[in-house]
Amino acid sequence: MSASPLPLPPSPPASAAPAPHAEPPRPLSLTDLFVSFTLIALQGFGGVLAVIQREIVERKRWMSNEEFIEEWSVAQIMPGPNVCNLAMMIGARHFGLAGAMSALAGILAVPLVLVLCLALVYARLAAYPEVQGALRGMSAVAAGLIAATGLRMAAALGKNVLPLLVCGAIAVTGFVLLALVRVPLAAVIGLLGGLGCVLAWRGLKP
Amino acid sequence: MSAPSLVFGWHDWLTLFVHFLMLSLMSLGGAISTTSEMQRYLVERQGWLSQAQFADSVALAQASPGPNVLFVALLGWNIGLNTGSMAAALSGVAISMIGIMLPSTVFTYQVAQWAHRNRELRAVRAFKQGMAPLVIAMLLSTAWLLASGGGKGGEHADNWPLWLLSAASCIVIWRTRLHLLWMLAAGAVLGALGLV
Repeated sequence: MSASPLPLPPSPPASAAPAPHAEPPRPLSLTDLFVSFTLIALQGFGGVLAVIQREIVERKRWMSNEEFIEEWSVAQIMPGPNVCNLAMMIGARHFGLAGAMSALAGILAVPLVLVLCLALVYARLAAYPEVQGALRGMSAVAAGLIAATGLRMAAALGKNVLPLLVCGAIAVTGFVLLALVRVPLAAVIGLLGGLGCVLAWRGLKP
Repeated sequence: MSAPSLVFGWHDWLTLFVHFLMLSLMSLGGAISTTSEMQRYLVERQGWLSQAQFADSVALAQASPGPNVLFVALLGWNIGLNTGSMAAALSGVAISMIGIMLPSTVFTYQVAQWAHRNRELRAVRAFKQGMAPLVIAMLLSTAWLLASGGGKGGEHADNWPLWLLSAASCIVIWRTRLHLLWMLAAGAVLGALGLV
C-alpha cells in the first residue's frame, strides 16, 4: 500500500494494540479461503458486499478499511460481479491463482445449489401473496443494506488524498447522475472517475 | 404471463452462450448493470422467457444467500425448463453461468494481478484513491434503484412504506452491529403481513 504510515487499525473496539511488527492476520490455507467465502456468501442475503466488509475487515482483519475500499474500487470498476471479483482478488493476494479459484468457488458453489432449490420451492408457492410480499420486504431491506455499506465505506474517505469536500462533491454528483438522471455507467466512470483520478494523481507526491 | 414453450437446438444454446459471453465483458460495475439489456434480449427480442419469469429470477436471487449474479443461473434454469426437461434446465444453468463468469474473471484477474504488482506506481495509487468517491456513489445508486423497484419508472417508486423500510434498515445496519439476518427476517415478516 502507500508509503504513508497507517498503523491504526480501522475501528478498534478497544482491542489490545497489536505488536508493532506483528504479522497481519491472513487466511491459513486454500480450504480456509473456500470455507470462509462460503460462510460469507451464505450470510449474504440480498448481496454479499455488506457481509464481506464486516467479515474481512472488521472480524478477520485480513485487510484495513482503506485497503478494502481500494480493492473494492478495482473490483467494482472491472467487468464481472463485484463480490466475485473481490473474492478472487483477496484469494489471489494470498495464494495466487489457486487462491483466486478457491475463493471464487467458495462464494458461488453452495449458493448456486441453494438458489436452484429455492427456485423449485418458489415454483409451488409463487401464487401466495404472502410469499410475494415477503420477497418484496426482503428486497427493500437489501436495498438499505447496500446503502449502509456505502456509508460505512465512506469513512475511509477521511484518509483519501483528495480533500473531503472534493470527495463529497464527486460522490453526490455521481449519485445524482447514476440514480436520478440515469446517465450510462461508462460515461459517469469516464467523467467523474477520470476527474477523481487526475486530482488524486496531482495530490500524490511523485 | 404463461411461460413460452421452446424447442431448442444446439445453435440456440450457442447463441445464448455467446450472448452471455459478451454481456460478461460489458458488465462494468456488476452484473446488475446489464439486467436491462438481458431483459431486452431474452424476453423482448427472443421470447425465451416470460416477463414474470425474468422478474422472479431477479427477485429470488436477491432473496437468496450469495452473490446477486446467481439470477443469471436462474435465467438459464428457466430457459431450460421452458424447453421442457430438467436436464435442459441444468445445462441452461451451466451455459449461462460459465458464459457470464468466464470472460470477466479472466480479464479482471489479469488486471488485478498487474495492479497489485505495480501498486506503488503513482498511476495505480491515483486510480484507486481517485475512484473511491465514485465507488461509493455507485453503491448508493444501486441501493436507490433496488429500492425503487428496478429503476425505469420503478414499480415501487411511490410505495412509501417500502421506502421507509429501506431507509430504516439502512440506518440500523449502518449504525448498529445487529446481525443482518434479523433485518431481513423483519422485512420478510412485514412483507408477508402485507404491511409494506
